[in-house]
Amino acid sequence: MADRSVPALPPRFERPGLLAFVLWVAAGALFVSALRGTGFSATEFFHGIPNIVRIVGEMFPPSPDRLAKVGWALLETFQMALVGTAAGVALSLPLAILATRHLTPHPVFYHAARALIALFRTVPDLVWALIFVVAVGLGPFAGTLAIMIDKIGFCGRFFAEAMEEADRNPQEALRAIGAGRVSVIAAAVLPAALPSMVNTSLFSLEKATRSSVVLGLVGAGGIGIELQVSMELFRYAEASTIIIAIFALVIAVERFSAWLRRRMI
Amino acid sequence: MLQIVDLNKRFGTTAAVDGVSIDIAEGAMVGIIGRSGAGKSTLLRMINRLADPSSGRILAGDVDVASLKGAALRKWRAQCAMIFQQFNLVKRLDVVTNVLVGRLAYRSLVPSLLMQFTAAERALAIRCLERVDIAELALQRADTLSGGQQQRVAIARALSQQPRMILADEPIASLDPRSARMVMDTLARINRADGITVVVNLHDLDAARTYCKRIVGMRGGKIVFDGTPDLLDAAAVRTIYGDDVSAETGADAGFSRLVATEAAARADAPRQLAN
Repeated sequence: MADRSVPALPPRFERPGLLAFVLWVAAGALFVSALRGTGFSATEFFHGIPNIVRIVGEMFPPSPDRLAKVGWALLETFQMALVGTAAGVALSLPLAILATRHLTPHPVFYHAARALIALFRTVPDLVWALIFVVAVGLGPFAGTLAIMIDKIGFCGRFFAEAMEEADRNPQEALRAIGAGRVSVIAAAVLPAALPSMVNTSLFSLEKATRSSVVLGLVGAGGIGIELQVSMELFRYAEASTIIIAIFALVIAVERFSAWLRRRMI
Repeated sequence: MLQIVDLNKRFGTTAAVDGVSIDIAEGAMVGIIGRSGAGKSTLLRMINRLADPSSGRILAGDVDVASLKGAALRKWRAQCAMIFQQFNLVKRLDVVTNVLVGRLAYRSLVPSLLMQFTAAERALAIRCLERVDIAELALQRADTLSGGQQQRVAIARALSQQPRMILADEPIASLDPRSARMVMDTLARINRADGITVVVNLHDLDAARTYCKRIVGMRGGKIVFDGTPDLLDAAAVRTIYGDDVSAETGADAGFSRLVATEAAARADAPRQLAN
């Protein structure tokens, strides 16, 4: 035991213990091994710069050769995002109600809904796309389903949070009126949670637009496949057209959702 | 008539309501007074069943309210409307929808879910708003209204339930004196004109004296006074609020005590941090 006449110093003045020291060394070693594992090398990066310059140089001016095809693929990409998000939002609403502690009919539903949402959220959408390509075949439907599942995970979580944070006083007033659970949700919980839920849904649409570009790479429809083909055939001017088109679409969707957000909230 | 028989509510080891028995006549206007924590609020909430009694009976006719469940409980709640200190309106909905919400107990699932109301229900809601003199605010959002206006919307919501009884839990504690008077006038008018029983919890002794023909005093979860305002003399007020309060300052007893408690809590806080 330490000398009782001297009060112990607060912990922050203490030297790191043996365990902390070992953990620090282990963390450092982990990082160094990760650097080696990824082949991270400044020299190779500098050697790569001329290649980057050459590719970017070949990208300009963008080629208008397959503009019509790119346009259709872009439209399909947006359609996937729109339908996938809408279906995801619609399905995540009931799931989120089950996953809200004070609204769920039974703890079993609560835990089941939370587990499902966690599963949908943690498995990346690209993996869902691979699964659905096998299940329903190549094409935009597989990508749409992948987006839907991903959005159920995303919206389910944030809808549940919004409903949990909704003002409880009006809900109590409604219970005092004799309203049933569904009425309380429709008349008090949803109005309070709506701004947050609209926000989440619009953000989902933006995210879905970006991810639906990538889903094409695994054959789940959309413009991704066009980009991949152009890059593999070294048609960089064509690739740049596609990249600019994607850029324009994502910006347009973001602008649209910002406008809608201002209007609705 | 509402008969409450030996009603108890315990939170852990403390008794919030301790063996309360009281009869409330149909069409009466009863004021319940007492300090914060005297059990007034818990008593009211048990009558509506927002709180479940630990033991005892609440009899409305031959129905034991304390044991109601499901649809029967919802039907009882529809008949006994509640008014809250914080109004408890749905802030983002407009005034008339907040009043229509009072009909939810009578409706089937799908129209409730879609928040669709019939023309007759809308007409009723407007009439209820007219009763509390704010029909012109019907389309405004609830959170744009002043406290006094919001409380009158809450009263209109209660009226749209077409209740037999209104339970008002500190309806004027968050309001300025003028709004408080309007709200109490409205409750008294409804009580007289419609014969709806009104039970109202009040901090304000003067309000209780002015508006209620019967006053019930609670202290420590028990009823310690029950009578007409003229029986509420200095001795009776001391019984309800404690020895440190005179009849004149009785109204502020709960409040000043609260301030004192908070000040003591603040004085304690640094010490707790030091430990």
